Amino acid sequence: MVDWVKSLSRVLYIDLSRKLFWVENREDLFSKWLGGIGVAIQLYREEVPKGADPLGPENTAIFAVGPLTGVYPMASKVVAVFKSPLNGFVAESHGGGRAATAIRFAGYGAIVIKGASDMPIYVVVDEEKVRFRDAGALWGMRSSETVGRVLREALPGAGYRTIMRIGRAGERLIRYATLTAETYRHFGRMGLGAVFGSKKLKALVVIGKKGFKLPDIKAYREVYRELYELTRGPSTRKYHDLGTAANVVPLDKLGALPTRNFSSGRFEGAREISGEKLAEENLARRLACTACPVACIHLAAIREEYEDEKYFYKTEFVPYDHEPIYSLGSNLGISDRYGLLKLIKAVEDEGIDAITTGVVLAWATEALEKGIISIKETLVELRWGNWRNYIKAVNYIVLQPNEFYKSLGLGVEEAASRYGGLEFALAYNKVEPAGYHTGPLFHASLAIGFRHSHLDSGAYSIDQNLVASGASLPSPEDAAKLIIGEESWRQVLNSLVICLFARSVYTGKIVEKALKALGYDIDELTLVNLGKRIYLEKHRTKALEGFKPDQVRIPRRFLETPTPLGQVSEEYLRKIIAYYSKLVSESTESTL
Amino acid sequence: MKRLVVVDSNRCVGCDLCVYACTNRYGHIGISKSAIHVRSAGGVERGFVVIVCRACKDPPCARACPVNALTLRQGGGVVLNPSKCIGCGFCVNACDIGAVMWDSEFMKPVICTHCGYCVTFCPHNVLSLEEVG
Repeated sequence: MVDWVKSLSRVLYIDLSRKLFWVENREDLFSKWLGGIGVAIQLYREEVPKGADPLGPENTAIFAVGPLTGVYPMASKVVAVFKSPLNGFVAESHGGGRAATAIRFAGYGAIVIKGASDMPIYVVVDEEKVRFRDAGALWGMRSSETVGRVLREALPGAGYRTIMRIGRAGERLIRYATLTAETYRHFGRMGLGAVFGSKKLKALVVIGKKGFKLPDIKAYREVYRELYELTRGPSTRKYHDLGTAANVVPLDKLGALPTRNFSSGRFEGAREISGEKLAEENLARRLACTACPVACIHLAAIREEYEDEKYFYKTEFVPYDHEPIYSLGSNLGISDRYGLLKLIKAVEDEGIDAITTGVVLAWATEALEKGIISIKETLVELRWGNWRNYIKAVNYIVLQPNEFYKSLGLGVEEAASRYGGLEFALAYNKVEPAGYHTGPLFHASLAIGFRHSHLDSGAYSIDQNLVASGASLPSPEDAAKLIIGEESWRQVLNSLVICLFARSVYTGKIVEKALKALGYDIDELTLVNLGKRIYLEKHRTKALEGFKPDQVRIPRRFLETPTPLGQVSEEYLRKIIAYYSKLVSESTESTL
Repeated sequence: MKRLVVVDSNRCVGCDLCVYACTNRYGHIGISKSAIHVRSAGGVERGFVVIVCRACKDPPCARACPVNALTLRQGGGVVLNPSKCIGCGFCVNACDIGAVMWDSEFMKPVICTHCGYCVTFCPHNVLSLEEVG
């Protein structure tokens, strides 16, 4: 076997119940499934029994990197797999910062966190050992930023470590709590923060400085240079300049920017909260994940005068991206840029998923407007655009002062199931949507994608291409094939592990070359087939847990509000879902 | 002769590609053999500290070496003779800016040769190679 696989195959197991750790050689997995999601889904199948409680000790948090991690530009992500406390199914979330390289250079291909601690702890991993440390002083801290600062100062490894931690939301088991790395990057979706909270695990710090000898430095340098030039080229330019916020204006023009709980695709305040305006007025610094020349992370600075004293100011930094701009901006009718940034900051401090939070609050606002609930439940008047009250509501979601906010902490579908208004409670399989209302393929991909995420297959861009070309909609079967084909190829990228912003750089040909320089003998066609197999492994795992795609609820609001491709037809979506359902249910080990 | 300089650390986005480039010179990936170190200036929102050898004319590291393994380099800085080096680490402690790194595999210092390979892979013009008299 290739030496590179050997160096990647060390899996670190950490048992929080027994405060034990050990390392196993899992060449069996890394030689068959590359790394990343390919390996992580297999580890999940080994570790998490059917029927496991997502917030119980039998749930397991698995982090995996891949053969290209730390080797080539933009191989900068970690894949996390766990059972989601938001919807009760196997879930996947990706995070950046320094997490990927720290894990790889600590000498591991994956870290498996099992069991649950009986007291708050944090765990420090380095090249030699694992330390279990008392997190009593960190538990309950108001801002997750402070937690990061304390750990930063208490621990060694500045410059080659990751500090992944949860906020109060994770401790309090808010089902969509995030895990945050390096203050501004998140394993954002599906509630990994609550899984950490249920294990009383406040933080996972990984410190890694190891190096690995390359098998063929000449071949490597050649591929590296090509990738370095490509990753700095036009395909990533927009992520560098304006960041993902570059999407706001074009989506609004198209009529695909979700506004006021998806009641419209156009927002009159779009320009005010656009990437352009934020860059001109608020952008303070750009940051990169390790090994990424693009630096898509955009931080705004907000200067604020204290109310009780003139000329007494503080300056805070707030990360912004398209998704929070949509979910906490246009979707809540907020066009006040300062207010939006303050709201994002509140969400960051608590450590909850910005998308879900925005969608939950949009539902609550509409429910209040329609008289389904009253201020007795909401405690503050939730009104489109009133960011001050939304900030209070964010704190209430985490502090849970009444039954209503306890429901909001379970996600929009649970809340609406109790209080009503399901037709405008926006989620597929209990997962709230990303910020696109581009057309039927986007919606279909949310319904059938493994994570119910826009990143599963990027179908929002298939929709947009259809708008641009004026072509007619593909048949449901062709649409399903397009979505599933793209999601399958992305399994290869997510096994290597490549940031999806570099998806157009890492073509099959380039990946083949990049792997070859490390000693792998695997051609493009084999990669494509591997992607299909990983796709089916994942979706079959979810099916075994009881996911019934045919029963996925399609909120009426999604069908009523026109997209640039017209109103989405339920029949069309159902046909795509049926195709998917058949594909997964008919697949067996022998068809893989 | 040339020396490596940090033109403007405020342009640094913390991608570490300079660090990886430096390690690559030895046919490795990773951080362990890099003569450059990048870390946050106390939280990434405050930016980054980029630590490189500044090619001192009268380098404290050389003076601290008990076995003359570090000799003066033309144009500033030092050249390491690894066969002489006993791995005591005095040079690391002697450099107040922390620019003498440590290779824990070989137990010897990593000394910047001012070759400028890192400059080629800095995407945001933080580093440059400058002529010294």
